[in-house]
Amino acid sequence: MAVKVLIPTPLRQFTGKQPSIECNPGTVGEALGALTSSYAELRKHLYTDDGKIRSFVNVYLNDEDIRFLEKEKTRTKDGDTISIVPSIAGGSVRGSRG
Amino acid sequence: MAIRTDTLPKQEVKLSKEEILRYSRHLIMPEVGLDGQLKLRQAKVLMIGTGGLGAPLGLYLAAAGVGHLGLVDFDVVDFTNLQRQVTFSTSDVGKPKTEAAKARLSALNPAIEIEAFETRLTSENALELFRDFDIIVDGTDNFPTRYLVNDACVLLGKPNVYGSIFRFEGQATVFAYPGGPCYRCLYPEPPPPGLVPSCAEGGVLGVLPGIVGAIQAMETIKLILGIGEPLVGRLLLFDALSMRFRELKLHKNPACPACGPNRTINKLIDYEEFCGIRGEEAPAVTNGIPEITAREVKARLDHGDDLFILDVREPHEYQICNLNGKLIPLGELPRRVHELDSSREMVVHCRSGKRSADAIQFLQKAGFKKLWNLKGGVLAWADEVDPSMPKY
Repeated sequence: MAVKVLIPTPLRQFTGKQPSIECNPGTVGEALGALTSSYAELRKHLYTDDGKIRSFVNVYLNDEDIRFLEKEKTRTKDGDTISIVPSIAGGSVRGSRG
Repeated sequence: MAIRTDTLPKQEVKLSKEEILRYSRHLIMPEVGLDGQLKLRQAKVLMIGTGGLGAPLGLYLAAAGVGHLGLVDFDVVDFTNLQRQVTFSTSDVGKPKTEAAKARLSALNPAIEIEAFETRLTSENALELFRDFDIIVDGTDNFPTRYLVNDACVLLGKPNVYGSIFRFEGQATVFAYPGGPCYRCLYPEPPPPGLVPSCAEGGVLGVLPGIVGAIQAMETIKLILGIGEPLVGRLLLFDALSMRFRELKLHKNPACPACGPNRTINKLIDYEEFCGIRGEEAPAVTNGIPEITAREVKARLDHGDDLFILDVREPHEYQICNLNGKLIPLGELPRRVHELDSSREMVVHCRSGKRSADAIQFLQKAGFKKLWNLKGGVLAWADEVDPSMPKY
C-alpha cells in the first residue's frame, strides 16, 4: 500500500536532498524502517541509541500525531502521508556554527 | 437651533479624531470596529526578539495600534541582518536592535507606548518582564530561549504566539492558551547540540521570516480582538519552496512536565543546561584536535612548507571565498576519503572551525595523523591574514 513519507528540510541532507519517499509499509514504524534502511545516516537523527523516536522529532500520520494513535504500530493505508516534524528554533538565524 | 448635548445618550469618545482617521480601515469592519480598536489600544504585547520574525510583527502591531509594545533583545544590528530584518535601515548598523526598532516603530505610530528592554531574556528576569503583558510573542532563534518563553508563559497563564523558521520552512502556532497545548506538549526536549544543523545547512530566505512573523502578528491581533479561530491545538507548517501550507493537530500531552496534571516544572530552570549547551555557542571539541592559527599557516606556506589545505565547506561557500584548498564537503568525506594522501601534512578548515573539527575526528579514525584544524576557519583568515577576503 503506497504511503508517502515527507522529509523535512533539516533532514534532507541525509536523503540526498529527496523531499519525500514512497513505500509500502503496514505500519508507521515499517515506513520509518524503510526510510532509514535506504538512508542509514538518518537513523541517528530519528532514533535514540535504544531505538526510541527522539523527543524533538514528531511523526504524524496524515494530520494526527502518532503519539496519540498507536505510536509506531499505527497502521497505514494506501494514500496516507507520514510527516516527520523536527523542532526548529530559528527566528533570525544568528546561531550558525562551524 | 443648537443641539442640546446633555440630552443625547452619553457616549464616551475614547479615540481621538486622528486615531479615527488612522484606524478607519479597522473601524469600518464590524469585526473590529471602535470596540476592537480600543481593545488593541489597551493591549500589552511583549515581543521576544526583534530580528527576522520580530520585524514584520513589530511593524504590523505598531501600525494596528497595539497600545503597549515591549521589545526584548540584547543584540546589535549588523549588516547580515538587513537581508530580512526589515525594521532596520543601513544607518542602524551598530545600534542596539531594541533602540533601532523602537525608533522605527515610534515613527510609524507615535501614539503607542514602546518599552525597550535591552537585555538577554533569562530565568531570572523572564517572569518579572512577562508579568505586565497580556500576550507574549516568541520570535527568538534558539532552543534555550524557546523553552524559557514557554515555561514562563505556562507558569503565568499567558498565551505564547510561536513562530520559527529554517531555510524555506516555517512553523507557527499559539501555545499556552487556556486549555491548549504548550511547546513541551509538542517537543518535550530539545535536540542535543550535536544534532543541530550547522551553518552548512543554515541560512534563510529573507521573505520567510516575513511571512511567519506576519502570521504571528495576525494571531496576536485575533487574540486581542477575540475574533475568529485562534491557531490553538494546530501546528501550521509552511513550505515556501512548494508554496504549501499544512496543518497538523496538536494535543495537550497529559504527561507534559510543564502543563500536565502532574507537572514537575514549577519554576524556571537553567535552560542552557537543559539544552545541553553552555554559553551562546557550544565550544568546538578541541580535545585531541591539534589547532593551528591562520597566521601560522600563512607563515608556513610563505616559508615553502608542504601543507595540504582541505576545505570541508559546501561548494556555494567555496564560491564566496576560499584558500585554494581541495574542496570535499564534510558530508561527502566518508566516501571521498581515498582522494586524500595521509602521508601529507594537512590543514583542514571550514567557515569557523566546527565542521573541520568534525572532519578531523573522522580522519583521525581513518588513520590520518598529520592533521591541523584551522582555528576560526576562513573567518580568522580574513581577520588575521587577508582583510580583503569577504566574510559571511
